[in-house]
Amino acid sequence: MARGLHRRTGHQPRLTQRQQHERQQRRRSSLIAATSTLVVLVAVLVLVPRMPRWDRVKQSFFDVDQMGDSFPRLIDAFWLDVKIFAWTTPAIFALALLIALARNSRSPALFPIRALAAAYTDVMRGVPVILWIYLVGFGVPGLGIARPFNSPLLWGSVALAMTYSGYVAEVFRAGIDSVHESQRAAARSLGLSSTQTMRHVVLPQAIRRVVPPLLNDLVSLQKDVALVSLIGPIEILRQAGIDKSKFANFTPFVVAALIFLSVTIPLTRLTDYLWQRERRRTSGTRVAA
Amino acid sequence: MTNHAGSAASTPKVSLRGITKSFGSNTVLHNLSLDVATGEVVSLIGPSGSGKTTLLRCVNLLEHIDDGAVLLDGDEISAIGRDPNPVRRRVGIVFQSFNLFPHMSVIRNITLSLTKVLGQSHDDANAHASGLLRRFGLSEKADVYPDQLSGGQQQRVAIIRALAMRPEVLLLDEITSALDPELVGEVLDVVRELKGSGITLLIATHEMGFAREISDRVCFLHSGSVAEIGSPLQMFDSPSDERTRQFLRRVMP
Repeated sequence: MARGLHRRTGHQPRLTQRQQHERQQRRRSSLIAATSTLVVLVAVLVLVPRMPRWDRVKQSFFDVDQMGDSFPRLIDAFWLDVKIFAWTTPAIFALALLIALARNSRSPALFPIRALAAAYTDVMRGVPVILWIYLVGFGVPGLGIARPFNSPLLWGSVALAMTYSGYVAEVFRAGIDSVHESQRAAARSLGLSSTQTMRHVVLPQAIRRVVPPLLNDLVSLQKDVALVSLIGPIEILRQAGIDKSKFANFTPFVVAALIFLSVTIPLTRLTDYLWQRERRRTSGTRVAA
Repeated sequence: MTNHAGSAASTPKVSLRGITKSFGSNTVLHNLSLDVATGEVVSLIGPSGSGKTTLLRCVNLLEHIDDGAVLLDGDEISAIGRDPNPVRRRVGIVFQSFNLFPHMSVIRNITLSLTKVLGQSHDDANAHASGLLRRFGLSEKADVYPDQLSGGQQQRVAIIRALAMRPEVLLLDEITSALDPELVGEVLDVVRELKGSGITLLIATHEMGFAREISDRVCFLHSGSVAEIGSPLQMFDSPSDERTRQFLRRVMP
């Protein structure tokens, strides 16, 4: 952690031959990385506009006027995506945790619950998300439930939450399994009950370990929220489709993609950062070259 | 061959009566009997796999015995269907690998069971834990996390964590085996301080010098039963069992 710190503070200490060599090596690596990036970038910028139909593509995908026209409508529609995301996320985590705990229960009396939880994760992970959204989103309101509980938007997002909780439950379960049995032994030997042991000793450690894969699932959820549009609600993807049809131009899709990226990229970077930090903490000193 | 020496006058604190424990086809404890008096310090020595750790884990019910009985103050704690939690409040254990909770500070490691099991208030628990940390020279480590401590410090915290519950019996399971040689001393000092405080100590150990010094009786386990038991003097200077002699020749050249 303190590596390199002393070099930056105070006066420049004399470097050994070895250190000079390693510094040179680092500079060389950066130079190679920068050059190769530049080459690829130039190739794209030079070659793509030379393609025979580039003008047509530019007009129908990158129309600047169309961008300005669609942007406010798309942002408005994106708000719905954010709302679906905001309420499905806690539902997913709560449901997933419940399922993971059910699958980890050891009491023989709870076998039916264990089996049910296992079946749930199998089904949820086995059915394509879109299919499940169709089935639940159209099927449940079809039962004739009274308003406002018959909206496809509600049941579509319930379907999404169900699917994702299947995946997230497995992540939680992996985390719980990764906590060494000796931690349980220590807690139980102090007189803590199995529930207290799970709550105060096992779960806090388990969740800390699975934060990166959980964030990964959140990034993925952010995009899949758009799938709810398939059963009606006008969120950003659907709004872009409407604009595309109205103006016979694909630019709204590009704008929608950019709006998604403006949210997913920061979240992805954060995930990566946390991943690396966890890796550094748990995997020990890196080998030299 | 098994010699039930010790206090015949009163009920033994811990009494193991013909206990048998197998893991699959591997019988680890074989019809083993041992009585430990209140306040007595008994060391368990013997080769790896002789059943020392399993014996300790049977006393605080981390393992279920297959046959026989474990008695605490004459009360059969190994009875089928008995709630292990009240027993564990009275019988503490310290593990070879410390097993501190890595996500909690030192003081929280100690107070967790005080607040959750004994129902003490946070203030009471903190005061009690701080007092113990001070007594064993770890005051300044109260808010530190286990990963930032040396092995010796971690093991001392683990002992304090078990002690904080004011157990009547403390089981020490090879508590210095995972430590660097220069850290062994500080941990053993803590145990020395416990002797004579009224607590009953059952110690599985490979530190023969320590066993000799601290024990009232030394018990040599072989293949899951008590091969020989006696005073440290008798056990180390004139063992009567051939297996004890062989073992001691190997570990104390």
